[in-house]
Amino acid sequence: MATLHSAPRFTQIDGLKGTLSGALGEHLLEAHEEHGELLLTVKRDSVEDALRILRDDHSYQQLMEIAGVDYPSRRERFEVVYMLLSLTTNSRIIVKCSASEDTPVPTVTTLWPNAGWLEREVFDLYGVLFAGNTDLRRILTDYGFEGHPFRKDFPLTGYQELRYSEDEKRVVYEPVELAQDLRQFDFMSPWEGADYVLPGDEKATTSPVEEAKTTDKPSDTGAGKKADDKAADTVSKGAPAEEDGGKDAPAPKPTEDRPTRAKRQGKAKDTAKATEPKKAPAKAKPAAKKAPAKRKPAARKKDDK
Amino acid sequence: MSHAMHLEESPTTGDEVITNYTINFGPQHPAAHGVLRMVMELDGEIIERIDPHVGLLHRGTEKLIEHKTYLQALPYFDRLDYCSPLCMEHSYVLAIEKLLNVEVPERAQYLRVLFAELTRICNHMLNIGAHVMDVGAMTPNLWVFELREDCMNFFERASGARMHSAWFRPGGVHQDVPEKLLVDIGNWVDTRLPELFGDAMSLVLDNRIFKQRNVDIAVVSKDDAVAWGFSGPMIRAAGIPWDLRKSQPYDVYDRMEFDIPVGTASDCYDRFMVRVKEVYESARIIKQCLAQMPTGPVCSDDRKVAPPKRAEMKQSMEALIHHFKLYTEGFHVPAGEVYVATESPKGEFGVYLVSDGSNKPYRCKIRPTAFSHLQAMDFMSKGHMLPDATAILGAIDVVFGECDR
Repeated sequence: MATLHSAPRFTQIDGLKGTLSGALGEHLLEAHEEHGELLLTVKRDSVEDALRILRDDHSYQQLMEIAGVDYPSRRERFEVVYMLLSLTTNSRIIVKCSASEDTPVPTVTTLWPNAGWLEREVFDLYGVLFAGNTDLRRILTDYGFEGHPFRKDFPLTGYQELRYSEDEKRVVYEPVELAQDLRQFDFMSPWEGADYVLPGDEKATTSPVEEAKTTDKPSDTGAGKKADDKAADTVSKGAPAEEDGGKDAPAPKPTEDRPTRAKRQGKAKDTAKATEPKKAPAKAKPAAKKAPAKRKPAARKKDDK
Repeated sequence: MSHAMHLEESPTTGDEVITNYTINFGPQHPAAHGVLRMVMELDGEIIERIDPHVGLLHRGTEKLIEHKTYLQALPYFDRLDYCSPLCMEHSYVLAIEKLLNVEVPERAQYLRVLFAELTRICNHMLNIGAHVMDVGAMTPNLWVFELREDCMNFFERASGARMHSAWFRPGGVHQDVPEKLLVDIGNWVDTRLPELFGDAMSLVLDNRIFKQRNVDIAVVSKDDAVAWGFSGPMIRAAGIPWDLRKSQPYDVYDRMEFDIPVGTASDCYDRFMVRVKEVYESARIIKQCLAQMPTGPVCSDDRKVAPPKRAEMKQSMEALIHHFKLYTEGFHVPAGEVYVATESPKGEFGVYLVSDGSNKPYRCKIRPTAFSHLQAMDFMSKGHMLPDATAILGAIDVVFGECDR
């Protein structure tokens, strides 16, 4: 495939794969090239030996980075990836090995002093152990942090949150409480491998019961005399009208046109008037006034009582 | 700083003698360049041992990126080294382009190089200013911050944002720049930058106090620089002419003519001087970019990676669909893994990108420059005085957004 991209172009050494594969010999598990980069997978126990060979005999002088990667589906779920750089041959290679929670990887602090922090970081974030690293403390996470946050099964929100407590005058740690669910938008097309779980999907997968449940006798259904008696006991209460002999309820209090209210200041004296069109025909005005006037006496009578 | 003094009885005289101090430098200390906590063991005022505690600014960027599409993850890179945001984006977009094997139009490559160099100047202005202030000078910092402000204005005119530009995109850059901006950058590089920067440096470079504080401080041998994984100005100050722009060129750096300044004594003064010279080299690159830059598109025409123009969307259904798909689902990157490192102002900034073929990175490991350099703080400071620690730290050029991620 022709190279179209403009990413950094380092020296491509002819036959590098063969040379290094031969040099690593039995340490090597697999070697392949992709995107112009050589990736070597070595046995976990011989990481230090393999990297020593690469550093001393093949002039990969610098260890630029150690990365951890988590593949939970694999038997040994972690991959520890070493990026090597040669200043003299201007070449880069990637060396990796696999590990699990309880299989320590030999340290390379014996080869490069800067591996110390890099290994600490992989330990901190993934929980990979490095045998021989004398200072395997956490590095990026908080003092006293528990767990290894970059594992794929560690939730993005974490478990702990902290805030300053005004009562205790210090920072307090509390379990994470989300005001709303963490929203994960998945825009993957359902035709291209997105695996949606919709409510009710679990029913499709549960196996049908061994024996079908049948009702042989009427008692199995819960019906019978006992149930009938019980049903007769509970007669619902009568409606309020039934209880007090159908007395008339008092008329509801009017809610409009309260005469006790002080007159409005300014031009707008009444809402009804104020909402009228400004140049309404003279005929329409009395009609509009009459309607509220009719209701007013009725309201006053009631107040007099 | 909190002090913990230990008193011991001298075996010979029976007097109480002061043994080593342990003091806390930071995490809130102006010379710590952010949130660095250093537990220092002192013998009087001589540093015996330093244990830097990093991670106080850890935000889990790499984990967050795993939960975002490739394009959504881009702005996180601005927030790594917030003093040189565009250079951070550069590694990331190149890593994606390498996995996709997508071609970037020439003009976009020139624009990226131009703005990466402008970012380098911007970053060095901050570091140079902070470094001289750490060792006691005030004025140059105020002057070079004027230049930094100019750079910020240029970024704003190109992308709309002063710092968090998110302007480099997989396949090119987000928008073309106005012609006037290029003219202004050209004028700035020709006149204001050399004048003001030259003035500011004339106060520092031969200054007696500045030299007293920096010459012969934290000398690192070539072998140590290589073994500790130094890069950028730190390795060049040690006398190794190693620059990824030259040795492993990306975009159009192979067409640029520039020199790599190297140090001779590998002390703090050399590290400072390398950065000063690099500013002039960056200015050279910028001029060449301006002279050579062709016209044309600024983003790939591969519609599965780069979005169509807005005007096109008003006319073409196809363009509308592409736009919708790119900004909801995002593009898919073929499975594979790459490690792409570029020369950021602080050194080698790498991105190890693992794709599983979906629209989100499976793993995105960021290689910060500060990790190697800060780790060497212990052996570099050993035997120096307590106030030298600030000079050493200033010469490392550490930014915690990038170090702690």
